Parts: sequence; C-alpha cells; structure tokens
Amino acid sequence: MLNIIILFFILAISIFILPNPLKSKKGIIIALAQLAAFVWFVAKVPTITPTNPETLIYNWIPQLGLNISFMLDGLSIAFALLITGIGVLVFLYAQSYMKSYENNTKFFFFLLLFSAAMLGLVLSENLIQLFIFWELTTILSFFLISYFHEKEAARKAAFQSLVITFLGGLALFAGIIVIGSIVDSYSINVWVANAAKIQASKLYMPGLLLILLGVFTKSAQFPFHFWLPGAMQAPAPVSAYLHSATMVKAGVFLLARLSPALGGTEQWTFIIPLIGVITMFIGAYLAITQTDLKAILAYTTINSLGVLTLLLGIDTLLSIKAAVLFLFIHAFYKASLFMIAGFIEKKTGTRDINELGGLIKSFPITFIIALLALLSMAGLPPMLGFIGKELIYEAKVESPGFGSMIFIFGFLSNIFMFAVSMKVVYKVFLGKTKQTYDVPKIKNIAFVLGAGVLVLLSLIFGIAPKLLGKWIIDPAISVIYSEAATVDLALWHGFNLVLALSALTVTLGFLLGLLIIKKQWIEAKWQKFNNLIFPVKLPEVFSMGLEKFVTFSVDKTKMLQHGYHRYYILTIIAFTAILLWIQIYVTQGWQFNLQFTFKPFYISGLVLIISLATLFTVLTRSRIAAIISMGVMGYGLALIFLYYSAVDLAITQILSETLIVVMFMLILQRLPMFSKLSAKATKIRDLVVSILFGAAMTMVTLKAINVNLSTPISEFFMANSYLKAHGENVVNVILVDFRALDTLGEVTVLVIAALGVAALLSTKKIKK
Amino acid sequence: MNSVILQLASKYIRWILIIFSVIVLVRGHNAPGGGFIGGLLAGLSLAYKGFAYTPELLKREMKVRPEGFMALGLALVFLSLWPGLFLKTTLMEGVWFTLPMPFSEGLKLGTPFLFDIGVYFVVIGVSILFLFSLSNEKKWK
Repeated sequence: MLNIIILFFILAISIFILPNPLKSKKGIIIALAQLAAFVWFVAKVPTITPTNPETLIYNWIPQLGLNISFMLDGLSIAFALLITGIGVLVFLYAQSYMKSYENNTKFFFFLLLFSAAMLGLVLSENLIQLFIFWELTTILSFFLISYFHEKEAARKAAFQSLVITFLGGLALFAGIIVIGSIVDSYSINVWVANAAKIQASKLYMPGLLLILLGVFTKSAQFPFHFWLPGAMQAPAPVSAYLHSATMVKAGVFLLARLSPALGGTEQWTFIIPLIGVITMFIGAYLAITQTDLKAILAYTTINSLGVLTLLLGIDTLLSIKAAVLFLFIHAFYKASLFMIAGFIEKKTGTRDINELGGLIKSFPITFIIALLALLSMAGLPPMLGFIGKELIYEAKVESPGFGSMIFIFGFLSNIFMFAVSMKVVYKVFLGKTKQTYDVPKIKNIAFVLGAGVLVLLSLIFGIAPKLLGKWIIDPAISVIYSEAATVDLALWHGFNLVLALSALTVTLGFLLGLLIIKKQWIEAKWQKFNNLIFPVKLPEVFSMGLEKFVTFSVDKTKMLQHGYHRYYILTIIAFTAILLWIQIYVTQGWQFNLQFTFKPFYISGLVLIISLATLFTVLTRSRIAAIISMGVMGYGLALIFLYYSAVDLAITQILSETLIVVMFMLILQRLPMFSKLSAKATKIRDLVVSILFGAAMTMVTLKAINVNLSTPISEFFMANSYLKAHGENVVNVILVDFRALDTLGEVTVLVIAALGVAALLSTKKIKK
Repeated sequence: MNSVILQLASKYIRWILIIFSVIVLVRGHNAPGGGFIGGLLAGLSLAYKGFAYTPELLKREMKVRPEGFMALGLALVFLSLWPGLFLKTTLMEGVWFTLPMPFSEGLKLGTPFLFDIGVYFVVIGVSILFLFSLSNEKKWK
C-alpha cells in the first residue's frame, strides 16, 4: 500500500524530467501506473475479509500516538478501487484534454499527487495521518481549480474552496484530538473498539460536531455547498476526478469510517440526516434552473453527496447498503458526464446549454454514452442507478426517526433529478442545431473512451449487480456496520411499494421535464422566484465577510508590525524581561546559595576584560572600535568555554565570532557616519529596559546554579554516547543523534532565515 | 579591499581551510568538530576570498550558488531520516554499518554522519548567502 503511494509521489516528481519522446505521453504513462495499482488492489479483493484486514504499521512518533499505519479493509479497498480505476480513465482522458495546453506537466504533477494523497487518505488507519492526507488533497484541489489562473474567476473559486475546506480541516483536526483524548489514541481500530466509552464521554458531542464540520465542508454539504459549483472553473478532468468521484467523497468516506466508532447515537442520527436532506433537496432544486452544463452537474453532485450523507446518517443496515452502492453508481455516471461535458466544451467552445443543441448529429456515440449515464442519474432501468434508487427509497421508507420528512424531500429531489436529466438530453443533444461545429480534428475516441467504460460498467452491473455486490459492496458494508453483512441486489424486485414510487417519480419527473422543455418562460419565472426566495448569494456573502476580516486583521497587525527594527528588538526584550520578572516574583522558595569560589586569576581577568569590552562597546563612538570590542567579548567567552573543557562550543564561538567580524567589516565602509540622533528620553527608556533584562537574566542564572535535578541528563548522554550512538564526542552525538530533531529544526530555520535575509537585502528600494 | 598580500595568501589559505574543514567534519563524531564547525570553517574560507578581493568576484567565480549548498544540505539531512524507519523501527533512528578498510578495523559510517554532512552544507550556504546579501546593497542608509 505504502509502496503505491510512494511510487506515485516519485512518479509525480519524475515527470518533470521525462526524456523528449515520452514528454507528450505523460497522461498515458501515469494511466499505466494507475492501472498497475488498480490491478494490485483488484488482486487483493479476494483476500480481504471483514475479520482480516491487511495492516501495515511503522513507528513514527509512537510517544505521541503517531504512527505511519495503513489498513486495507473492505471500505478502503472499495475507495482505492474507485480512485485508481477512475484514475486510469481520467488520466487517459486528460492526455487528450490537456494536449493543447503548454506546460501541462504541472497539471499532471498535481493530479497525480492528488491521487496519491487520496489513496493515502482512504488507506490511513491513524487519524492524524489521515488528516495530513486530507489537507494535502485540499491544497492540491486548490492548485487544480486555479490551474487556469489567468482567469480571475478561477482564482477566486480556488481561494474560496481552499478557505472553506481549510476551516473544516482545522475543525476536523480539533475533533480528532478531542475524541482522541477520550481513548488516548488516534488509531481508528482503537476508536472502534472503544466506541461505547467514546459515546458515553462528555467530550463526545463537541468532538463529533467538530469532525462533522470537517466532513460537511469537504463533501460540500449545506451551508458550505456553494464552493463546489465554483470549483467548476477547473479543467474537466479535475471536475471528473476530484469534484465528483473522489475528493468530495472524502467526507463521506470519513463518515463511513468513523460510523462504527461514533455512529448510532441520537446526535448522529439527527444531525447528519438533517444536513443530508437539506443538501440533497437544495442540490436537486437548484440544478434545474442552471444553464451551464458543468454547473448542472455540480448541483446534481451536491444532491448526490447529500444523499450519501443522509444514508450514512440514518445508520441502518439497509441505508448503509444503499450508501455504498450509490457511491459507486454516482462515481460511474458523474465522472463520465463530466468527461462528456469537457468534450462538448472542447468541441463547441461553450458549456451553455441554451447555446447548444442537436449534437446528436455530430456525435452520435457520445450521445448514446451520455444518454446511458443520464438514465443512471435519473434512476431508470436497466442501469445500476435504478437499483440504487430503489434501494435508497427502501432505506428512506424504513428509516426510523423523522422518516416522513426524509421521504417527501427524497421523492421531490428524485423528480427534479429526472427532469434535469431530461432537460440535458433534450437541450444538448436533441433540439435544433444552433451553430455548425467543426467536427473531429482530434480523435474523439480518446475523449469518450473513459466515459464509455464507466457507462458500460454501470450497465453491466445494472444487469448483473451480484458481481459488484459480493466482492466489493459486502466487505465495505461489513466494515461500516461492523458485523458481517450481505446484500442482495437485483434489477427486478417484484411489484411493491418501492416500484410504485419509482413509477410515480418517473411520471411526475417526465411531466416536469416536458414542461421545462416546452415552455421557456417557466424556467425564467422559476429563476426569478429563486432569486426572490434566496435573496443572499452565499459566495458573495462569503467573499465579503472574508474581505472585512482581512481589513480588520491588517489594521490590527499594523499596530504590531510597524517595520522598525529597533522597536521590534525593544518589544521582544521588554516582553521577555517582564515575563521573567513575573516568573521570578511568582516562584516560591527563591533562595540564593551564593558561594563564591575563586577561579584562577586568568579566568577572573577574562571576566573583567569581557565586562570592560561590553561597557566600551556601548560607550564608544567609533563603529570599528565597537565591532572589535564585540569580538573581544566573543573570544573571551570562547576562552571561558575552553577552560570548562567545552571544546566544541569554544570552536563554534570563535568561528562564528570571526565570521561576524568579517561580515561587519564588509559593510562597514558603506555605512554613513556615526551620529547621535537619540533624544535623552529615548536613551533613558533603552537603559531601563536593558537593566531590567540584564538583571532578570542574572537572577535566572543565579537560580539555575542552585537547581539540582535528581539525575542530570548529561549522565545518560555520557553513558550511551559510544555504546548506542557509536560516537566518542558527546556534544556531536547530541547534535546529530540524540537531539537530531532539534538540529533538524535549527537547520531548517537557519535556511529560512538566510533566505529571508537575502530577500530583504536584495529588494530594491521602493520609491514612495 | 586591495591588498596583494591578502590576495596571495587567500589563494593558499583557502584550500588549507577547506581541507581542514573536511577533516573537522569527518572526525566530528569522535573528537571536537562536526558539521556545524566544519561548515563555518568552509564558509570562512570562502568569505576570506570575498574579503581579499570583492564579494562580487567571489559570487561570479562560484559555480554553485549558496542556495544550492543549502538545498543540498537540507536534502541530505532529510535523506538521513528515512533509513531508520525502514531498516530499524523509527524515523531518525541511527543506522550504522562498518565499511571494511585495509590495515584498520574499518570505517564506521552511519546516518548521523550523513546528517552531519547535511548540516555542513547548510552552514556553508547560509554563511555565504549572508555574505552576499550584505555586500549586495550599494549604499546603506
């Protein structure tokens, strides 16, 4: 598992250095890699049983409960198959779609990285690790939405989705920590094993709400749904992959994953279905009046995500069955519809369905594929979508709690979905031809291949649903429901209530669709009505709020970030001094054990010299003298270090002192003449702060002498340096082995600081 | 600066310093020294040349930019973290092996040493970058 993710990462980087003949075949190369991964996962399918998931654990920071751990069970393998399987088709599609764009390497880089991150997300067993992958998908989604960053709309939409999903991610992180603190672990398996303890805890409710916030933002649930239509600014392969089949399902995945640990409570079966129902209804309702092909698809995706959330929230065996099945149905038809939408846009230059029409003549094969996909979306036989809709109806009818509400809104949404499907078929493919299109310059086959395969799958599984049920759906359900379960899928269920409902839906949907198609004015009136009942546009409210927030924080930041170096230093020193004095005041038992032992005269002499040099540095009016006397301080300190046999420290001190003096010398000649500009009051203020700080440091040093820890850690270092770390120089061993994490941080900070200095000093002076 | 003595001296002292810095780096694990000190020494040796001539000349003649040193160093540091995870149990755990050498008991090499080499390059890069950026501005106000 880990190998696949790592290989994807390596491949993503290496596509930048592909040799020339392969350069134009990036999509195909990546698709092959995806195919290999897909085959690997398929081969794993028969070996995965509910009781025997395949796990892989490496220690990372076990002290913090952080491990690199992966788990391949029924649920994660279902998602992994979706990610890699649709990945193959999307990359093949992207190969053709992105051909005409220069520098598309970046695109493939991001898309492949996304695929790796998404795999990492679904395979994670540790929730902190899952969160890291979660955020990674958010960031990559941002880069992919803003791929056409010359367009302002794309930048705006990308930023909007980034902020919303980041906020959710933050909440998720907090939620993971809150719930994790109950059982003292971030392992999903531990959570599941301690479900009762978690649900009995006081922290359950806040933790659940935080996690749900993350889930709802990621999966575009009401009231955060509006980022998804905006995200349609992305190139079509991205919409097909991220915003229909995989990333937006991450939230749903997490719900399913945590359902055994957190689910089944009153809160769970109330909040989640409620949000799900609203999202489902709003998505379907708003889809009808859209005119942009991709926007229609986006709103129907919102509807589907609502359905998935709702079903997982109802939390009965039947609803979970329906959810897992619908996950596949939706991925199949929606990904193919997005691919077709991209194809149509490429060919005709527009996505506005009012400008399209009569495409059946130019693209008959595309029409058939789209028709089948839309049949699945509308929930008609013989597609898999029909089985899904039946099952969903059944789940809704039998749902406990506020079942009737769910049922009515579900019924209405299905009518809308049918009408939308009908509208798309009619307006885009049938109807009058509005313009002549320059037919095939590029091979169409590459464009419709992916969509075709998915629709074919939808059809095959629709006719023989048991194939999908036994191998993939059953194991996934067993994981979510945490006991072995099987599902009996069939196209024909016999005459029952649900079938009658289906028939009624189709009839009403057909009538509504007919009305919309035939009477143009209805849609216009409807649109007006919508504007009336939804007076606020969420994206606008959002961007306005963000703007206000930014101005507010800029104002507040300017107070502290004034840009004067001397005041920064003053602030830092003054605050440190105050904090130290507070601590000195608060600390009890402040006794000094002042035992002066006289050191040899050369050490006392050194101390005297250093003190004098310090005084001289402050008082002198010559820069060069100040620098040299600072050098004297530094070398003097080095000698003291040497006296206490801290050789490494002394060498470092001498070398850095030398370097500093050299650097000062370099810039000294460029500085203006030294002059006294400070007013008397300023000088007194600086003196007071300095004395406060110096005195505090002295106090702390004196205190430190008297603090005796029971066993100094240095003894451990001494004892283990050679035995465990193979080094005789303890200082060095501490730096590169025992305390290597500190050094790692320091080195990184050093690099960042150096880059910052270089950037600051190389800026040309801006004239105001 | 325009001192012939300094310029001539820098030619030789520079290389002596660089060789010395490598020695300090290598022996660091068992005797005073190590990546930080070695890096400072090597940085100083380059600064010496910049001091004897002009930093601009040094900048022109250097084949690798300071950012390159820093990147190399960081890469080595990060590289050294992983063998511990895959060969032992945790990230950053030291992995050691002995390289057989003639006439001695062999040379001990390990990931901490790789880590130290990374530190060495980072410090070189940082010190030169400081030097370059400080000498960048024509006139300071």
